[in-house]
Amino acid sequence: MLDFLKGPILNVQNFFLLSGRAIVNIFRSPHYADDIALQMDIIGVGSLPLILLTGLFTGGVITLQMSRALNQYGASGQVGNIVAITLVRELGPVLTALLVAGRNASGMASELGSMKVTEQIDAMRALGTDPAKKLVTPRLIATATMLPVLTVISDFMGLVGGYIVGCVMLSLTTPTQFWSSAYQALDYSDIAQGLIKPLTFAFVIALVGCHYGMETTGGTQGVGRATTRAVVVSSVWVIVLTFFIGNFFVNLN
Amino acid sequence: MSSQGQRVALRLEGVTVEFDDTVALENVNLEVRQGETCVIQGAAGSGKTVLLKTALGLIRPDAGRVELFGLDAGKLRRRELEELRARMGILFQEGGLFDSMTIEENVAYPLLNQKSVKCAPEEVLPRVKEALEFVELGHTLEKVPSELSGGMRRRVGIARAIVTQPELLLYDSPTAGLDPITANTIMALIAKEREIRQTTTLLATHRYQDGYLLANYRYNGATGQLEAVSNGTGLRTRFLILDRGRLVFEGSQRELEESRDEYVSKFTKALKQ
Ligand SMILES: Nc1ncnc2c1ncn2[C@@H]1O[C@H](COP(=O)(O)OP(=O)(O)OP(=O)(O)O)[C@@H](O)[C@H]1O
Ligand SMILES: [Mg+2]
Repeated sequence: MLDFLKGPILNVQNFFLLSGRAIVNIFRSPHYADDIALQMDIIGVGSLPLILLTGLFTGGVITLQMSRALNQYGASGQVGNIVAITLVRELGPVLTALLVAGRNASGMASELGSMKVTEQIDAMRALGTDPAKKLVTPRLIATATMLPVLTVISDFMGLVGGYIVGCVMLSLTTPTQFWSSAYQALDYSDIAQGLIKPLTFAFVIALVGCHYGMETTGGTQGVGRATTRAVVVSSVWVIVLTFFIGNFFVNLN
Repeated sequence: MSSQGQRVALRLEGVTVEFDDTVALENVNLEVRQGETCVIQGAAGSGKTVLLKTALGLIRPDAGRVELFGLDAGKLRRRELEELRARMGILFQEGGLFDSMTIEENVAYPLLNQKSVKCAPEEVLPRVKEALEFVELGHTLEKVPSELSGGMRRRVGIARAIVTQPELLLYDSPTAGLDPITANTIMALIAKEREIRQTTTLLATHRYQDGYLLANYRYNGATGQLEAVSNGTGLRTRFLILDRGRLVFEGSQRELEESRDEYVSKFTKALKQ
C-alpha cells in the first residue's frame, strides 16, 4: 500500500547510515591524511577566487540597494552596520554554502558516482578498505574545516565591497565610521551564528554529495543524475536550515 | 590433492537478491569445490555480476546463505569477512582500477590494505612486479589506468586479483568488449594462473569459447603455450547457465552441448557453426 514511500525511506535510511559511519570514522584510525589534504586543497583553495569575487560584489550590491532607504531616514551613516549584520548573520554563510554546494557537492557526487559505476567502490571494499572511511570522511573533514574559513573570507570581502561602494563611490559615510559601525553591530551571538551555520552546511554538503555519489546506478547517465540531485538537495537543505538556525538564535536573544 | 578436492570453496544456498522491482538472483544453489573451474554463462542482465558480488559478500542476499571456505558469510563480523575476502581475488567487469593511482599503486593496493595479507614493506614492490610480469605488463608501473588500452587494463586487473595469491579467483566477463585476439590473450592468462597455482576459478562470461577453452586447454609451462587436452575431464570444468536470475543448467561440457533447451543451446551455437 505504501510502496511509493519505500524508495524515499530507503534513501533517507542509507543517507543516515553512511553519515553515521563517516562521522564515527572521524575519530578512528586509520586517517587518510593525504586524502584530507587533497580535498582541502580542492574545496578551500579551489573555491577561493569564486568566494573572493562573489563576496566583494554581494557587499557592494547590498550597500547600493540600502543607500536609498538609509538616505530617506537620514541614516546613511549606519551603512556599515547593515552590511555587517546581513552578511555575517545570513548572506555570507548561505551564499558561500550555495557556491560550495554547486561546486563541490556536485564534484563529490560525480567523482564518487563514476567510481561507483566503474566498480572502483566495489574494488575498494573487496580489497580491504571501507569506502566510507577512505572517501567520505576525508571529504567531510575537509569541508567542515574549509567552509567556515571560506565564510569568514567571504564576510570580510563583503565588507570591503560595502566600503568601496559606500565610502568611495557614494560617499555615504567616512571610512572610520563605516568600519566602527560595522564592528559595533556584531555581538558574540552573530559570530556564533556565522560559524555554526557554515559548520552545519558543511556536513550537509559533504554528506549529501557523497551519498548521491555512492548510490549511483545506471552508468554514466546515472552519474549525471546523481550530480544534479546532490546540488539540488544540498542547496535546498542549506536554505531550509539557515531559517531554522536563524530562528533559534532570534528566540535565544 | 584428492582430499583437498572435496572441500568446498564457495557455496550458495537458496540465494535470492532483489533490487527495487527486479529479482537479480532467484533461489540460486551453487557449489564450487576447491581446484574446480566453474563457468557461468548467461545473457546480459541475467545476474552474473550480482552472483559474483554476492559470493564475495559485497551484496547481501535477501534470502539464502553464502558459505565461504565453509563459513557462513552472513554470520561473520566485518573483520572476519575481510579476512575471507583476502583469500579471494576478483577481476571486475568494469575493471575497478583506481584511476587516481598508478598501475603500481593499484596492484600494490590489496597487499597494503588487506589486513590479513602479511607482506613486508620491502616485499611489496617485488610482488607487484612479479604479478605484472605474469600478465606481461612489467613496463607499465608508472602509468595510470587511463593511459592503457582496454585489454591492458583488463590484464592489470588480473595482476591485482592474483597478487595476493588467492585460493579462489572470480572473473567477471573478462573478455567482454575485447577483440578476439586480445580476448584469447586474457583467457590464456586465466588458464595459466589456474595451471600454475591450482586456483579454484569461477568465470562469468557470455562467450562459450571462454568456457570451452578452460574445459579443453591447459597451459604448458615448458612451451608457454596453451595446448589441447585430449579428454577435458582432467580439467574439472563445470558449466552453469543463468537465465533471468535462475540457474537453468548445470553440468559438463558434453551435457551442455547435448542440451535441447532452447535458451541453453544458444550458448553453444556460437562454436558449433
Ligand atoms: N545496483 C543495482 N540496482 C538495481 N538493479 C541492479 C543493480 N545491479 C544489478 N541490477 C539488476 O540485476 C540484474 C542482473 O544484473 P547483472 O549486472 O548481474 O547482469 P549480468 O549478467 O552481469 O549482465 P552483463 O552480461 O550485461 O554484465 C539486471 O536486471 C540489473 O538491472
Ligand atoms: Mg555483468
